[in-house]
Amino acid sequence: MFMFEKAIVGGRRYWAWILCLGGIILAGFLCYLWQLTHGLVITGLSRDVTWGLYIAQFTFFVGVAASAVMVVLPYYLHDYKQFGRITILGEFLAVGAVTMCMLFIFVDMGQPSRVLNVMRYPTPWSLMFWDMISLGGYLVLNAIISLVMLSSERQGVSPPHWIKPIIILSIPWAVSIHTVTAFLYCGLPGRAFWMTAVLAPRFLASAFAAGPALLILLCLVLRKVAGFDAGREAVDQLGIIVTYAMVVDVFLVAMEFFTAFYSRIPEHLEHFRYVFIGLDGNYHLAPWMWLSALLSLSALVLLLVPKWRHNPHLLPVACVFVFISLWLDKGLGLIVGGFTPSPLGAITTYTPTLPEATIVLGVWAIGALMITVLYKIALSVREAH
Amino acid sequence: MKITRKVFLQLSGLGLLAVVGKKAVRAITEAAAPSAKTKTTKRWGMVIDLGKCRQEAGCVDCIKACNTAHNIPQFADRAHEVKWIWNQPFETVFPLVQTDYVKQGYAGHPIPLLCNHCANPPCVRVCPTQATWKREEDGIVMMDWHRCIGCRYCMAACPYGSRSFNWQDPRPAIASLNPDFPTRTKGVVEKCNFCEERLARGQSPACVGACPEKTLVFGDLNDPDSEPRQLLRARFALQREPELGTSPSVYYLV
Repeated sequence: MFMFEKAIVGGRRYWAWILCLGGIILAGFLCYLWQLTHGLVITGLSRDVTWGLYIAQFTFFVGVAASAVMVVLPYYLHDYKQFGRITILGEFLAVGAVTMCMLFIFVDMGQPSRVLNVMRYPTPWSLMFWDMISLGGYLVLNAIISLVMLSSERQGVSPPHWIKPIIILSIPWAVSIHTVTAFLYCGLPGRAFWMTAVLAPRFLASAFAAGPALLILLCLVLRKVAGFDAGREAVDQLGIIVTYAMVVDVFLVAMEFFTAFYSRIPEHLEHFRYVFIGLDGNYHLAPWMWLSALLSLSALVLLLVPKWRHNPHLLPVACVFVFISLWLDKGLGLIVGGFTPSPLGAITTYTPTLPEATIVLGVWAIGALMITVLYKIALSVREAH
Repeated sequence: MKITRKVFLQLSGLGLLAVVGKKAVRAITEAAAPSAKTKTTKRWGMVIDLGKCRQEAGCVDCIKACNTAHNIPQFADRAHEVKWIWNQPFETVFPLVQTDYVKQGYAGHPIPLLCNHCANPPCVRVCPTQATWKREEDGIVMMDWHRCIGCRYCMAACPYGSRSFNWQDPRPAIASLNPDFPTRTKGVVEKCNFCEERLARGQSPACVGACPEKTLVFGDLNDPDSEPRQLLRARFALQREPELGTSPSVYYLV
């Protein structure tokens, strides 16, 4: 089924990796059972900070999923042949990332057994409803596209004509998933940190930097472990995409800083002060956000100088910096910062607990397992030719 | 005709699509056409006369009455507490009514807080399952604890911090069980319901009846002759963050 037989043939290292992921998944699953029994009280969440690591991870990985469009668009729309070898990797990355997003939403639910109520009582004025539609649709689109393209490649025939409109549809759809995700936050009265029209553009910019950065790293890993060559030009081109997206992202963040710090409107300013400086002696988030800022600026320097960007040793470093920096920004600061201080001015420290972090690791491991298996299938199909 | 696996899958897929499509069409048409019956007959509201409130002297009768009436669990941990009516210092409740140099009469005073039962409630707008909704006949923002999936989107949307989540099973933390009101389960959101169960029996809300000073005045804001409306005509009143456009139904007389 779906060429799955290719995924169960592998060397010792492959199985060791799968086993390792399986162990993490098991640990996460056990912690989830713990959460299911006792409730979300086992997390670091509170009445004031009601969303934390789970929803932040969801937000970050929606971006990773959306970034598949950065290889799909040049390849299918502009016929940029150099991306021919990695497009399928981008699409499979999207499949894995969207699955992780759905799992992150699921583990955040207080009553997971009722989650289908979202479909039983469709509510078009709730952004959560549209997020479900856009994420589910994006998963289906990418699964269809990647499987159809791969099976035609295996049979050595050109892909069926009907797939082209689906591919074209997947491009604006990718933009939509991250826009809708930003709308989840930026339409809430009383949450000044998120009340900004550049939230969706900023989400897209950071997504188009973090996603391709991850793809570059995955290509380099695949070269080491599977002898897969993405092609130098393709990696260089991805590097340029990361550079532009990162420049735009840092620019947009700078815009946010200016409006908050120059206008000095307290309800806007306080969140920025809490996140980046510290408020009333509470500065536990600030070191992380400074690290994020430092990493993004260093990455920018490495990426902007062509000599360094083309350096095969420096490019992965820059990509790791980009990824970690944006993960801290979106996967931590953005969500917690929006809740602190609370509308009533309370500062509640949010620290993820060990079981909460283990569940997050478990979901990551599920994503990594999916991507491993899918990549294994894709590369095996390639090798057979 | 023999149904092959392929045909079976195709048919069930089509069937599923049809069901989802029908639901979606119905939902969208319902949203697009605001029903004709939106004429609210009533709008329950509350006026809190801060001059009468004795909370600074330690009186918490309204809070106690609510807790007992609604089986509200008492958790010591501030992070996990559940509260329908509670109090907080004036300056955190009305941060924009502060001035720099004049010590206000109310600075530091505990102010009773509860759900504002907004005319335009953000929590209702964001709920993905309509587990919280605005009752058309009297404007109460209601909550269905059996439909709530516990996503806590309403808590992010509420600009007043009026909603609580059951981070754990609340039942062991209920001091004395009131058999006339349901308890909740872990994993759902709850908040003040303006005592709709008492209103249905023709009684006033528990907090209103419990106040020895008659601080809380409850009535129909759509009726120009109601007690709250008379008070609002005569005296200067504040709403919490009216600039957000939510139009709260709870007023504070200063």
